[in-house]
Amino acid sequence: MKTGTFEVKKGLAEMLKGGVIMDVTTPEQAKIAEDAGAVAVMALERIPADIRRDGGIARASDPKMIKEIQAIVSIPVMAKCRIGHFAEAQILEALGVDFIDESEVLTPADESNHIWKQDFKIPFVCGARDLGEALRRIGEGAAMIRTKGEAGSGNIVEAVRHMRTIQNDMKRLTTLGYDQLMAEAKKLGAPLELILEISKTGKLPVPNFSAGGIATPADVSLMMQLGAESVFVGSGIFKSEDPAPRARAIVEAVTYYNDFLKLAEISEGLGSPMKGLDIKDIPENQRMQERGW
Amino acid sequence: MTIGILALQGGFDLHRHVFENLGQKAVLIKYPDQLQDCDGLVIPGGESTTMTMQMHSNGLFDSIYEFSQSHPVMGTCAGAILMGNDVDDPRVTPLKIMNIECQRNSWGRQVFSFQSEILLTFDPDESFYATFIRAPKMIPSDEKIEILAQFNGEPILLTDGNHIAASFHPEIGTDYRIHEHYLRLLK
Repeated sequence: MKTGTFEVKKGLAEMLKGGVIMDVTTPEQAKIAEDAGAVAVMALERIPADIRRDGGIARASDPKMIKEIQAIVSIPVMAKCRIGHFAEAQILEALGVDFIDESEVLTPADESNHIWKQDFKIPFVCGARDLGEALRRIGEGAAMIRTKGEAGSGNIVEAVRHMRTIQNDMKRLTTLGYDQLMAEAKKLGAPLELILEISKTGKLPVPNFSAGGIATPADVSLMMQLGAESVFVGSGIFKSEDPAPRARAIVEAVTYYNDFLKLAEISEGLGSPMKGLDIKDIPENQRMQERGW
Repeated sequence: MTIGILALQGGFDLHRHVFENLGQKAVLIKYPDQLQDCDGLVIPGGESTTMTMQMHSNGLFDSIYEFSQSHPVMGTCAGAILMGNDVDDPRVTPLKIMNIECQRNSWGRQVFSFQSEILLTFDPDESFYATFIRAPKMIPSDEKIEILAQFNGEPILLTDGNHIAASFHPEIGTDYRIHEHYLRLLK
């Protein structure tokens, strides 16, 4: 009997496909998320929109809060640690969280290195803006990739950019010969074995979700049609006027992302979505997506 | 043969891949009327709370039960929980397709998810490498339920002669013997 194998880690990621992972900051929100049909919750102290507003250093959550959320829901509980902060990750693993997000939403702890995720028994998800970044994270042991988007912006434009970039990079690899793939690995800064694999399959070897800016059922449909296998929703739910019905609508939208009549029905009367930000109004040094190497 | 795979959420693509590799037609099911073209149905792994909610809102709950009265159903992990008579959690409404009782996440959180060699009673010569992810436990609630595999004395693969329930994920990996066994029920 073996625990913590890559198959077991990737297996949980596979089982989360077609489901929505929702950011929650309290047990009450976790309950709303589970009741709305979330497949997992991300327990964090402040949602990205508030982290952005408040400034300061954003760290892993208080274990007490994570335990309270674990006690109230039956679905997997995820939690975030800072980029490169393997001690925060070790503590989260000891708490028995089901998945760790090594996340650009928190303030990075290491500006050169990410966590060596292969040493952990629980799976990791990491953000990526392009294929090279995605493959470096997979090389370190990530069992799931999510496009970064721009967390807490309520603006889908960056998530679209990142998903299109990754998909285009992968398509291009399938058109190249072996003699071109080493140069490609060098250019992308990615492990050659993974480049070789994608040149054959045209897809990532782990599930590929979308995050960072999803606010409406239509946003979900857009990302799924661009190739996301499901979505993370952070500020988009609990910063909207009426979180419970919006959470429910987002869940339905993932399943019925290509049924437009149904999406129209789902989108009806949800109240105002989160207000959101134009990316141009976020100074470059405050863009979370820039974090990660 | 056309196999429907419930595709509300979860590991439906992995099952589709297995059936296609076995030369069968696999259809992803999201609407009740799609069931009429199917010879069998698979309820995949995923979150049983999410699938419960979605089955209730789109009419699939009653249609799947009705379908199961004349067609074989296979449930894996969350799918097995949904097929059972009873589950230890009010957040999940089981379909009552098979006389089993299920306990959710009964082997523990993800850190305890595991892989192990097991033996299949219908093909014991070669072991099967089974993947358990936040797996449930299943308890047969009548003597007509046959145990097809066990792990540490616990039943993990059950049949009542019409349907199959697995607490693990036979769709992970490239050993298709459990899917082939299910296909034999369809004939």
